[in-house]
Amino acid sequence: MAQVSIRNVVKAYEGGVQAVKGIDLEIADHEFVVLVGPSGCGKSTTLRMVAGLEEITSGEIAIGGTVVNDIPPRDRDIAMVFQNYALYPHMSVFENMAFGLTLRKFPKDEIKRRVDNAARILDITPLLERKPKALSGGQRQRVAMGRAIVRDPKVFLFDEPLSNLDAKLRVQMRTEIKKVHQTVKTTTVYVTHDQVEAMTLADRVVVMNHGIIEQVGPPQELYHRPATRFVAGFIGSPAMNFIPARVENGSGALRLNLPNGIVLPVPADRTARYGAAAGKEMIFGIRPEHLTEPKNLDRDNIATFELTPEVIEPMGMETLVHLWLQGAEVCSRIDPTTPAEPGRPMQVAADLNHMHLIDPQSGRVL
Amino acid sequence: MADGNVVTAPGVPAAVAPPRTGTLQKIARRKSTLAFVMTLPLLVVIGGLVAYPFFYALYLSMLNKRMTRFIGLENYTFLLSRETFQGVIWQSVLFAVGAVIAKALIGFILAHVLHALPAKGQRKWRGMLLVPWVIPPAISTLAWWWLFDPSYSALNWVITAIGVPPVAWLGEPSWARFSVILVNVWYGAPFFMIMYLAALKSVPDQLYEAAAIDGATGWQKLIHVTVPMMKNIIAITVLFSLIVTFANFDIVRILTNGGPQDKTHIFGTYAFQVGIQSGDLPLGSAVSLFMFPILAIFAVFVLRGVTRRSREMAG
Repeated sequence: MAQVSIRNVVKAYEGGVQAVKGIDLEIADHEFVVLVGPSGCGKSTTLRMVAGLEEITSGEIAIGGTVVNDIPPRDRDIAMVFQNYALYPHMSVFENMAFGLTLRKFPKDEIKRRVDNAARILDITPLLERKPKALSGGQRQRVAMGRAIVRDPKVFLFDEPLSNLDAKLRVQMRTEIKKVHQTVKTTTVYVTHDQVEAMTLADRVVVMNHGIIEQVGPPQELYHRPATRFVAGFIGSPAMNFIPARVENGSGALRLNLPNGIVLPVPADRTARYGAAAGKEMIFGIRPEHLTEPKNLDRDNIATFELTPEVIEPMGMETLVHLWLQGAEVCSRIDPTTPAEPGRPMQVAADLNHMHLIDPQSGRVL
Repeated sequence: MADGNVVTAPGVPAAVAPPRTGTLQKIARRKSTLAFVMTLPLLVVIGGLVAYPFFYALYLSMLNKRMTRFIGLENYTFLLSRETFQGVIWQSVLFAVGAVIAKALIGFILAHVLHALPAKGQRKWRGMLLVPWVIPPAISTLAWWWLFDPSYSALNWVITAIGVPPVAWLGEPSWARFSVILVNVWYGAPFFMIMYLAALKSVPDQLYEAAAIDGATGWQKLIHVTVPMMKNIIAITVLFSLIVTFANFDIVRILTNGGPQDKTHIFGTYAFQVGIQSGDLPLGSAVSLFMFPILAIFAVFVLRGVTRRSREMAG
């Protein structure tokens, strides 16, 4: 097991297109790090550079303290799980899992011991003699993980391993992956475009966009203290609401002027932080769960105003209400027992203790 | 809609009662009947051009020279007892097996070289390497004949220029056998190349990436990933080529006409010589049918393997 260091790594393709634009990342031993971002953000390219499947244009990648830029994949002591599993169709499950050990000339009884052990962890012992064709998607996924586990490598790399599974199986396998990591504790780099996967699996999440790292941090930190508008919008489902707002300074207190003549007082403890934004057009960000039916009104910094629902989406344990606020659609998360009807104005309460203020020019969250 | 019980599909008049159908009409409407009618032209072509000539040749091969009397397997036993024909069997096997192995190896190497080329230049090279296969073999063999010519041989001109004595390419039995195999390989290798190239392109890149991470070297990837993934194409291509090469006629006919001293005759040219030129059609038919049982058994085994692998791997 080992730490992984990515130092100022750039990946440029022919024609000058840069997929990764100089990123830095330190992954600690035993850590589970998830690279997340939209398609084309450079997350898979980064993972493939760590694996040695893509050449590094400039910068340095080190695994366990050794710079691996010029070391071929087979000598990096890593294991990778691919999106489509990449199982050898002509080999049985046992042979698939044993292949890496066979090539490294491990003794037969040691290979058998390791394969049996991995098969037990992943609950695939009865499948060992089958060919991949005779397996379901979830079983293939387990075999691919088993192939990685038997090698006992320094680092596990996962490239969107759950994307080909249906929603139910994805949730199940997510838990399996987390369990496996808790058992073997191997340093893991995991790539996904699904922010739920990222949040549930990661010790730390790396949010990438357009070839750069937007923010690195534990899931809760990214959720509650996003550094950029991109992170604020990408993490969380439904996404954070972004409403254009003008920051006004009035007798020592700041207030936000929203469309529809809505005026919200900025919490006093944030006055210093947002002071520089006074007089400027900014973006007011608030998550749907902080925009609810009026409740906890006795607490500080709860502001109520009236909006008209356009669409109501009952989800069972909660109801999503889509409201229209002149130029911006706003999503509110309310209790399912709260009456709401499209077209009938309703009172909503914004918990401003959880508000965000974003500079539209730089995209930074203040 | 006329009443509550009848639902009419758009465009179908409600008032029309379903026609009473007879047995013939029912048969005509069956999907299997339609399928049979659709495949009938192909069945007629196969029957006329494959089945009928085959069975007629089989019948002919059991007649005497004048084709007046049924003599059973006498033509076959007679052929087997003749030294010339024993030589033809050996030469045919040498020609077909030698040429197919060489074509398969060269095709495999060329396919890998082409596959490794950048996509931009690949098409150009692919086109050029296919040229031997698209030129009519009778014409290209004539060009080879000129290259092997004892007086004007371009090949001899080249080798004498580097101090090697000239070779009687078509005049000496061993060299003549080598020459006919060489021309067949030159003509047939592109077919293997294009088949193998298609097979190579169908191997998912991620299998090679997985193998690289598992610790495979280039050679190990070839042995453990490429070859197993190409097994079916290799088997089918070898089978197809073996059948076609055993049945070859034009190359030997043009280059050596079976000579010197019948040492390059193969089934096709010998059958022509015996059956057409010497006027013994039954014996010629027997010659031409000689390899059928062996090739048929070989084909059954190869195709069984192909089916088994497809079942195991596809999907």
